[in-house]
Amino acid sequence: MAARAVGFGLPVALLAAWILARFRFPGHFLLNALAHLPLVLPPVVTGWLLLLLFGVRGPVGAWLQATFGVRLVFTTAGASLACAVMVFPLMLRAIRQSLDTIDPRLEQAASSLGAGALDRFVSITLPLAAPGVLIGALTGFVASLGEFGAVITFAASIPGQTQTLPLAIYAAMQTPGGEAAAARLSLISIALALVGLLAAEWVGRRLRARVGL
Amino acid sequence: MTLSVAFRQDFAELTLDIAFDVPTAGTTVLFGRSGCGKTSTLGAVAGLLRPADCRIEIDGTVLADTASGLFVAPERRRIGLVFQDARLFPHMTVEANLRYGLRRAPAGTIRFDDVVDLLGLAGLLARRPHTLSGGERQRVAIGRALLSQPRLLAMDEPLSNLDAERKAEVLPYLASLRHALDLPILYVTHSLDEVFRLADTLVLIDAGRVVEAGPASVLLSRADLPIARHDEAAAVLLARIVQHDPARQLTTLEAGGCRLLVPLQDAPPGTRVRARVPAREVILAAEAPHSISLHNVIQGTVRGVVEDRLRHAALVEVAIGDQGLLARVTPDAVARLALAPGTPVLALIKSMAIEVLPG
Repeated sequence: MAARAVGFGLPVALLAAWILARFRFPGHFLLNALAHLPLVLPPVVTGWLLLLLFGVRGPVGAWLQATFGVRLVFTTAGASLACAVMVFPLMLRAIRQSLDTIDPRLEQAASSLGAGALDRFVSITLPLAAPGVLIGALTGFVASLGEFGAVITFAASIPGQTQTLPLAIYAAMQTPGGEAAAARLSLISIALALVGLLAAEWVGRRLRARVGL
Repeated sequence: MTLSVAFRQDFAELTLDIAFDVPTAGTTVLFGRSGCGKTSTLGAVAGLLRPADCRIEIDGTVLADTASGLFVAPERRRIGLVFQDARLFPHMTVEANLRYGLRRAPAGTIRFDDVVDLLGLAGLLARRPHTLSGGERQRVAIGRALLSQPRLLAMDEPLSNLDAERKAEVLPYLASLRHALDLPILYVTHSLDEVFRLADTLVLIDAGRVVEAGPASVLLSRADLPIARHDEAAAVLLARIVQHDPARQLTTLEAGGCRLLVPLQDAPPGTRVRARVPAREVILAAEAPHSISLHNVIQGTVRGVVEDRLRHAALVEVAIGDQGLLARVTPDAVARLALAPGTPVLALIKSMAIEVLPG
């Protein structure tokens, strides 16, 4: 579920980060604010907005149901969507930061050497932004594992389907005698977060050392 | 074959109104002060700048013409660019950088191994850009641009970010490039030294306009152009090595029908060279002096006299054969010798004052 959240969220975050970093246009500020909204909004509100939009009777949800027979609410796919939206700003910021450090004049040089726009993005921009993209993916993945508010609002807490780690911990704490299980799950959660952050740091350093930063 | 450039562009500080036609063969140097519009001119040629009003044509191919709405994208212009900063791709090795343009270019005549030899890059291929010195980086950047099989190599002050030592390291490569590959070069600089060494054709730009364009050896000997007021102003004679005299440690050059003696050279007789004669080193005389260390007494005719009030000096343009010399003398000397256009005069030049540069 977390992998799916990153898998679908990352390309969108990459595109948004590239647009925000490279172009100035009317609505730039609005798009930037919109992309960062899940970071500052209470997760329950994000979950509720998703419910409005992607719910069975919501505009997008109804269309998905009618056209593809896909239902998102209370499903694993829905939990992935909720996670993706929640960690989107994290991924966006990581990618944007690394895009901002790329000298746009390198792309000018590439164009004078015969590379078209897509070619330049794939051969120059993307590899140079790789540290940010990887760090974004890793932190996004770890943060997805820990999503609570938006998931429980949009996809509920169904064990084995939409239950994230904190949801499982919360459920264990509500169960009499579940403290041991809660403690075990908490430890796993701490370990995962630590490993994720350390991995992100390590990958970032390795990649930056390669280009001499 | 002609490179024809014409464009207008308004900037906050300056309006550029540039227009010139120059032969594509050889090296064309755009010379002017910083901020006069040289780099923008290169940008317009390469397509990085898109002026509101613009026409660029090279050897019959139109690259931009706002009148007919034509604008060829930079990646399809095949103009090899070398920037002030090398702009190598930091995530690739030197070899991958060199091959970047080569892979994307149509098959051409400039081969990988030849460029590596020409620019001395063999030892650098596996390195990454951040481990290279400034001079090495610039050589790789030149190689990368060459291998993109350009119809024109455009260089924007490629030496200006290098210290004197690195400049001296890269300059010989640039000089040899001019002849090794039969490739038109458009070169932007504010360094007069680079003009002397590299220019076949010169385009003088000042405050967004072209002051004059033409063969470098002709413009450099003109007394009426701003470039003649430069401290280091000098004429460049297109010359040929005639013979060596190792016993006297002298070499004879032939330029414009005149013979010049210079300190002994290495290149074999027949080699084309440029002889740089600084304006302040030229003495003018009405009759030949005797018993003097001087070797070069050259018969010429005054073509023009222009006063340089700032220096309390006068610039005298002397025709020798089909070429020209520039002499910076005092206004008093002009009066005493009654120098005016048409006056026959002798130009006295110390052998030691003549710098022989690769042709």
